[in-house]
Amino acid sequence: MHGSFLSHRGGFWFWFALTLVLASVVAYVWHEPIGLPNGGSWLGYTLGTIAALLIVWLTLFGVRKRAYYSRLGSVKGWLSAHVYLGGSLLVLGTLHSGFQFGMNIHTLAWLLMVLVIVSGFYGAWVYWRYPNRITRNRDGMTRDLIFREIADIDRKASLIVEGLGSPADRMVISAIQLFQVGGGAWQQLGGRDRSQMMIGVLKEKQKSWKRVSNSRQQRLLDELTGLLSRSTEPKEAALLQELIDLVSRKARLLKQLLNDIRLQGLMEIWLYCHIPLTLALLATLTAHIVSVFFYW
Amino acid sequence: MEKRFEVVIVGSGPAGLSAAGRAAELGLSHLLLESTTHLANTIQRYQKGKHVMAEPGFLPLRSSLPFDAGSREDILAAWLQNAKKLGIKVAWNADVTAITGQRGDFVLQTRSGKSVRANHVVLAIGLQGNPRKLGVPGEDQPFVQYQLDDPDEYLNEEIMVVGAGDSAIENAVALARQNKVSLINRRDEFARAKEGNLKQLEDAVERGRIKVFFNSSLRSIEAQSNGEHRAQVSLTTGEGDMQVPVDRIIARLGAIPPRDFVESCGIQFPSRAANAVPELTHQYESNVPGLYVIGALAGYPLIKQAMNQGYEVVEHILGRDIKPVDHGLLAKKFSGLPFGLDVEQTLDKIKKNVLCFGPVNSLRFRELILESDVHTPKAGEVIFSRNDYTNSFYSIVEGSVEIEIDEQTGKRVTVGEGQFFGEMGLISGRRRNATVYAGRYCVLVETPRRTMLRLLSSVDEVRRRIDQVFILRAIHSQFAPNSNLEDLADLVNSAELRQYAPGEVLFAEGESGDELHLVRRGSLTVSRYLHGREVVLSYVPAGKYVGEMGLLGNSRRTASVRAVVPTETVVMKSEPFLALLERDPKLKAQVQTQLQARLRANASMESSTEGGELLSFLMRQGLGEATDVLLIDESLCVRCDNCETACASTHGGTSRLNREAGPSYASIHVPTSCRHCEHPHCMKDCPPDAISRNASGEVVIADNCIGCGNCESNCPYGVIQMAPIGGSQPGLWSRVLFGAEHKKVKDKEAPKRAVKCDMCTNLKGGPACVRACPTGAAVRISPEQFIELVRED
Ligand SMILES: Cc1cc2nc3c(=O)[nH]c(=O)nc-3n(C[C@H](O)[C@H](O)[C@H](O)COP(=O)(O)OP(=O)(O)OC[C@H]3O[C@@H](n4cnc5c(N)ncnc54)[C@H](O)[C@@H]3O)c2cc1C
Ligand code: HEM
Ligand code: SF4
Ligand code: SF4
Repeated sequence: MHGSFLSHRGGFWFWFALTLVLASVVAYVWHEPIGLPNGGSWLGYTLGTIAALLIVWLTLFGVRKRAYYSRLGSVKGWLSAHVYLGGSLLVLGTLHSGFQFGMNIHTLAWLLMVLVIVSGFYGAWVYWRYPNRITRNRDGMTRDLIFREIADIDRKASLIVEGLGSPADRMVISAIQLFQVGGGAWQQLGGRDRSQMMIGVLKEKQKSWKRVSNSRQQRLLDELTGLLSRSTEPKEAALLQELIDLVSRKARLLKQLLNDIRLQGLMEIWLYCHIPLTLALLATLTAHIVSVFFYW
Repeated sequence: MEKRFEVVIVGSGPAGLSAAGRAAELGLSHLLLESTTHLANTIQRYQKGKHVMAEPGFLPLRSSLPFDAGSREDILAAWLQNAKKLGIKVAWNADVTAITGQRGDFVLQTRSGKSVRANHVVLAIGLQGNPRKLGVPGEDQPFVQYQLDDPDEYLNEEIMVVGAGDSAIENAVALARQNKVSLINRRDEFARAKEGNLKQLEDAVERGRIKVFFNSSLRSIEAQSNGEHRAQVSLTTGEGDMQVPVDRIIARLGAIPPRDFVESCGIQFPSRAANAVPELTHQYESNVPGLYVIGALAGYPLIKQAMNQGYEVVEHILGRDIKPVDHGLLAKKFSGLPFGLDVEQTLDKIKKNVLCFGPVNSLRFRELILESDVHTPKAGEVIFSRNDYTNSFYSIVEGSVEIEIDEQTGKRVTVGEGQFFGEMGLISGRRRNATVYAGRYCVLVETPRRTMLRLLSSVDEVRRRIDQVFILRAIHSQFAPNSNLEDLADLVNSAELRQYAPGEVLFAEGESGDELHLVRRGSLTVSRYLHGREVVLSYVPAGKYVGEMGLLGNSRRTASVRAVVPTETVVMKSEPFLALLERDPKLKAQVQTQLQARLRANASMESSTEGGELLSFLMRQGLGEATDVLLIDESLCVRCDNCETACASTHGGTSRLNREAGPSYASIHVPTSCRHCEHPHCMKDCPPDAISRNASGEVVIADNCIGCGNCESNCPYGVIQMAPIGGSQPGLWSRVLFGAEHKKVKDKEAPKRAVKCDMCTNLKGGPACVRACPTGAAVRISPEQFIELVRED
């Protein structure tokens, strides 16, 4: 009843693309051009035309994806065709070149095409594998729920420290205030946590406060367990234990959240190569065609 | 002896106000009693700046006061000004608690102990009900409030909030920002409150801003003139009695529906059903002579209707024979009819001819026809087709229609003058199960679902007549399309209707029993105990039957059957059914084949317990009453939100689905999106009847929505939003190149309408969300396909 874009209509576009590839390989082998194989033979022209049209059509996927009123197939069908025909382009485009590479605009066009295709393959792969990973990591939660629960934990923690006094209160409150996830692309993809907190240090018998990293709430947990191990008062110990439970829960949620951000990032990041490379490809492709026709 | 008024009007809503206005204009001695201190409390309580709409557009206004679409403030101001100008006499704080007597000698009692005498009484108290009072001495002190308009009005007071519902909690939390608040709950938990409100309350309690008294109730309130605080409250708490000083008490104890009060005045309701309205004459007079009922209480839920009735009722009291304002509308409606009769005669003729309308009184009948359409189709024309999703009800005034009950053989039965058809779709909420063709010279009345449902719950006799025919036809078309109706008499006469609440068991595994249930409304699940757990094996929608195994000889039930949603079945006894099977071997073979298919399907479900779990998960999400639901396969979804963007772009900028919200199980996610229920909850209480079901099944909201928000709160699945009308859509290229988004209306006070998924009825290609999903994760399916989905997984 439903299924992935990869198996759309029983893999119709896969078979279609495969046929296209085989046909062009057979033609290439069978064809005996005058001189070296290149884009100038009749087969070269044919392959080149098909490849150029394919590239234009592949680019139009970005338009179809946003043409919500369009009745021209479904976006899923388009993506299925995009992936398989895009893949076949690797063969078609390369055969069109006749393996004549050099330091010129023609080879640059070919190279960009390959890069777009490779990034596309990576994209298809993450689209295939990552949804399941994300689902498993989320384990029934949504980002919104995670943030809400963290806020809830913070609220409870800040109430508990009121009964504890220094230095626990300053540490816990600063850890809440200096909590920070996300950030730039690298931080997101690396699953980095830039959270910090304040701890008290003794410098020349003077007490001062210093910022330290509190990645994954680990430092706060260390400090709190330290306090608990030195605690002598049962009431204080109970409060500390309660705090530690809360912060551990927060650390667990945080891990889930950072993982989610990372996975989601990896699933999207490649489009930031795929699309600019596509634009560069279109530009060089135009140059390639123009130069071939006018300066040949 | 106090003065006796010619007419006393109770309630100053649009209905009562308009009646008082007409009375004042005519110089009649009158008094308008209003329980609050302002006019039209229901309208006062609309949210600030609400755009009030003047539906139905086709109905002209007939009132001494003005009314046109506009802001709540403008309308209220115009009414107040005109009430003064007309010289309407109003008594404020006059909450009427009893009405006794009859024409010429009524006595009305108010809560504060005053009594008023009248020759005629017009009851126009609407349906909102009055706030439930505290019921302790001191409950009417000026510092005891039953409503809170602006929490920021109070500062540094000791405020006691009483109640355990959402409004009590919301008020307490809002007041706690600037005041010291205590919250009194009679029980030991807040069971009725929303999750979000509970969190906020917990918060405020932890911060010491609110003190909650559980298991507590008020005993008395004593005003204090010389203390630090305005009053002293005696409380009974779980830990004993105590005195609490307060400056203000806010009681939020819900509303008392007006029905008990209305009945205590001697007015009869035709049935216990919640939406029943009192029996009234043409002149809006109740069964108590001289006591008139108008407005929302009389079953007319819109302002304009209410105002028109206010005007008319005074004319009727004066004995003037005015033509109802709808006369012209009816004349137009009847203009195409071949009868050559005037409006009143035509109404009479329809009423006399159509059997099931016989027991309906003339006022309600007139309303029914006003809301209905009259058709004169050509012979052979299709009235509706099999599998259409419409749910209106047709009656035959003249001529006949032909119903094609068997698609394969094309067998038709003729239904003649005075009969009706279309009751199946109405009752089951499912697709039409036959195609109906017009006969020669036929005249039909098509009545919309809501009108019919109101009629069914108000007039038992109509319900009985329709049910009888329903059972006969259901059995005939389900089991014996080829036998004569006479052959079925035994079976039909022994059949009965039974109702089940959600979760109720029809019969349990291991029991003995031999009744067959044909589902006529709602749906069932079939489950078995396997490995110590109950596993759901299948889903039985309306129009299908269960329990045939018992009939075919095995009287020990091999599975349990349970209602998923409110369900009604036609129960058939085994003896007459077996007799029928003996007479018709083909039918017997057919029933056996179906049984085998079911057993086979069950067996394959038993082999995968996961499938059963997924099916019960879907049922727990209320999908048993869905007709078409959006599901997302999380193992395919790349969270690109193209589905939401597609929806928003094709629907004025507001996405009607929330992809991320909603529960998941085994990677099937149920996003927040309309399921197009068989019996849509949202339709329950829509004043202009703006919500309807299309022939192809979508539940849609029309432009005559007045933005009241009833549907939003009636939908248990949270899929309806109130969104401002308008905005502008960027072109395709600016979206592709610059990622432009829909421009929304910024103005907070812009009129709003209810919006929800309409399954893209207006788009030729079908639902935009599904078509825009690049990965194939988003699917729309109907419950019949659940089993398929479950097996796939
Ligand atoms: C949120 C909302 C939005 C709506 N928007 C629209 C709209 O845009 N357009 C539209 O046409 N309709 C709208 N409606 C419907 C409309 O409000 C009602 O149809 C209309 O108010 C009914 O008028 P009524 O006079 O019958 O009763 P009400 O307006 O309910 O008036 C009843 C009056 O009687 C008083 N009363 C009650 N009991 C007693 C008693 N025992 N003694 C003395 N007085 C008493 C009440 O205080 C009240 O003032 C909306 C309804 C709601 C809830
Ligand atoms: C020269 C070849 C190609 C070009 C010009 C091209 C171009 C594009 C463009 C313009 C988009 C639209 C992005 C957007 O607007 O969001 C896109 C999306 C995509 N392409 Fe390609 N592509 C090519 C080859 C491939 C190949 C070979 C694959 C995979 C094997 C592929 C996989 C994808 C995928 C998975 C998407 C994302 C779909 C989505 O999230 O909506 N592409 N491509
Ligand atoms: S559609 Fe909803 S908001 Fe609009 S009038 Fe009907 S119930 Fe009220
Ligand atoms: S469009 Fe499809 S893949 Fe994208 S969020 Fe919606 S369901 Fe998921």
